Amino acid sequence: MTAPMEPNSFRIGPDDEGMYGIFGGRFVAETLMPLILDLEKHWNAAKDEPAFRAELDHLGRHYTGRPSPLYFAERLTEHLGGAKIYFKREDLNHTGSHKINNCLGQILLAKRMGKTRIIAETGAGQHGVASATVAARFGLPCIVYMGATDVERQKPNVFRMNLLGAEVKPVSSGHGTLKDAMNEALRDWVTNVEDTYYLIGTAAGPHPYPELVRDLQSVIGTEAREQIQELEGRLPDAIVAAVGGGSNAIGLFHPFLDDRQVAIHGVEAGGHGLAGDEHCASMTAGRPGVLHGNRTYLLQNDDGQILDGHSVSAGLDYPGVGPEHSWLKDSGRVIYSPILDEEAIEAFQMTTRLEGIIPALESAHAIAHAIKLAPTMGRDQIMIVNFSGRGDKDVHTVGKMLGMEM
Amino acid sequence: MTTRIDRRFARLKEENRPALVTYFMGGDPDYETSLSIMKALPAAGSDVIELGMPFSDPMADGPAIQAAGLRALKSGQTLAKTLQMARDFREGDDDTPIVMMGYYNPIYIYGVERFLSDAKEAGIDGLIIVDLPPEMDQELCVPAIKAGLNFIRLATPTTDEERLPKVLENTSGFVYYVSMTGVTGSALPDTNNVSAAVSRIKEHTDLPICVGFGVKTARQAKAIGEAADGVVVGSAIVAAIAQCYDDNGKRIEDPAEAVATLVKGLADGVRSRQMA
Ligand SMILES: Cc1ncc(COP(=O)(O)O)c(C=O)c1O
Repeated sequence: MTAPMEPNSFRIGPDDEGMYGIFGGRFVAETLMPLILDLEKHWNAAKDEPAFRAELDHLGRHYTGRPSPLYFAERLTEHLGGAKIYFKREDLNHTGSHKINNCLGQILLAKRMGKTRIIAETGAGQHGVASATVAARFGLPCIVYMGATDVERQKPNVFRMNLLGAEVKPVSSGHGTLKDAMNEALRDWVTNVEDTYYLIGTAAGPHPYPELVRDLQSVIGTEAREQIQELEGRLPDAIVAAVGGGSNAIGLFHPFLDDRQVAIHGVEAGGHGLAGDEHCASMTAGRPGVLHGNRTYLLQNDDGQILDGHSVSAGLDYPGVGPEHSWLKDSGRVIYSPILDEEAIEAFQMTTRLEGIIPALESAHAIAHAIKLAPTMGRDQIMIVNFSGRGDKDVHTVGKMLGMEM
Repeated sequence: MTTRIDRRFARLKEENRPALVTYFMGGDPDYETSLSIMKALPAAGSDVIELGMPFSDPMADGPAIQAAGLRALKSGQTLAKTLQMARDFREGDDDTPIVMMGYYNPIYIYGVERFLSDAKEAGIDGLIIVDLPPEMDQELCVPAIKAGLNFIRLATPTTDEERLPKVLENTSGFVYYVSMTGVTGSALPDTNNVSAAVSRIKEHTDLPICVGFGVKTARQAKAIGEAADGVVVGSAIVAAIAQCYDDNGKRIEDPAEAVATLVKGLADGVRSRQMA
């Protein structure tokens, strides 16, 4: 594939057809086509409307707890002896991750559209919890599809969703992970077209979802950009985020895309290593294909069948990635690298011990990459890491891996 | 340019009866058995064959067809082998139209141009690609029409009056009306809705209209046949194949015979009502 020409701005996508270069689009069954056109229409009307923005900002401030702090990780920085590391503390949000930013925006949209039933897919359970939370807050029934494997490894979140009044439906097709949950959510939507709003959890899927979710998550980068200038009087030298479907990453990255002096790093799940199939590094090791409504980098075999992949982190266990990331990779603006399971576990422990903050395993991937980068940078340089979520949900998984008595 | 599909529907019009369109999954449960099923279809009364291309993530399919796709993939089916199946079938049958049905990604990875030329050469007549709506016509639909293949579009209950012309614009061969919102194999809605929908589509096109998603019995096939130019049966056939194997995957019945028996019944249903 030839690299696309360097655009004047990296922040203008997608085009009217929902394409980011060759990526994105609307690869859905005809039944869903009128629904996503309707969604696009409503989103375009809502997004710049002052009353809609005001309600979202109000909820962000008083319900989520925004702005989230930009925290200087002093002891980690000292320990590594390189760039100053800041954490963007999305773990401190209500429900414990960045997922709530997206859910609040989408539930307001669902209300606006007169939808009365919410469906969602979830991997780690963080998006499921955030969906169940906003559904409770706005009094709508909520059904969460979750891979059977993930139901097992993210038990605490299943209980939380149940307590919040959501129905969790385990999905046992495939490997029982996020991809399969997404298939099942789409099957539900195709069946219940009249009353149902599909609250997608990441910056992927058919247009307009990748754009919509990005816009809602961009609050992360917008805040971080202001905060770092306040604290340091300048922009960072590097920013880092973990990429599952890509919502926390695009949320941090998007406001910085045209700041050419800022190096941008996306971190994929390297699982047990890229040599075999036991990873989820779709951009590093996959190739473009069509799944879940969009063209993007995918893990697949020579026959175009999608592979299941593996990551210790349920939230990164997805064989695809949002289309804007695929475009940012090919355009060279963002560098994507894999982090192995064991490196993430090490970063998880280091952050816990040195900073007294337990990161989600997803966020631990971003931190692991920062741990590699920081020592290669000067002490006068600055790096922001997206601390996308807290790690309470992963304590059991990590404990088991470390051979602790649970 | 007339295709096998055009010729078949023209003949059925002369015979004054609706078509029976049968779907099965290529390679389910294995290549040889699947080919024997395909070969048995025309004699049993199938007028048009839909040859399923297995995909790992069939987002619009219900449990029966999901399972069939997984069985096929497990036995080593690939897009190349599904094309070979059509070639093998064509050695003994040059009349029955074959429509390949599935999802876009395997074709995209195979390469669109290469796929179209191989499909044409293998004796394929049309394509139904679930995840390519008219908005994505440049991907495959337009090249397929250029290559002389019919591109058969799905119209659904959510396709409103305003959208219908867009859906029909590049459609040829026939229109596939999906009789309900939902995945394949779900319950059938009442036939009144179906006949109203067919009349609505007929106002916009002269193409034959086939109706499917949920037809299981000869009685249902007859009822749908009264409203439409063709009846599509898929999940029921796929389920009949699955029932030929016990829980350990041991064959307890001949799938080709089981399918032939089912299709004969459906064909009798479809033919029992001559169209007005
Ligand atoms: C804390 C956390 N971070 C990151 C992710 C990955 O998702 P995304 O790439 O959409 O941010 C998840 C997904 O569940 C998550 O829970």
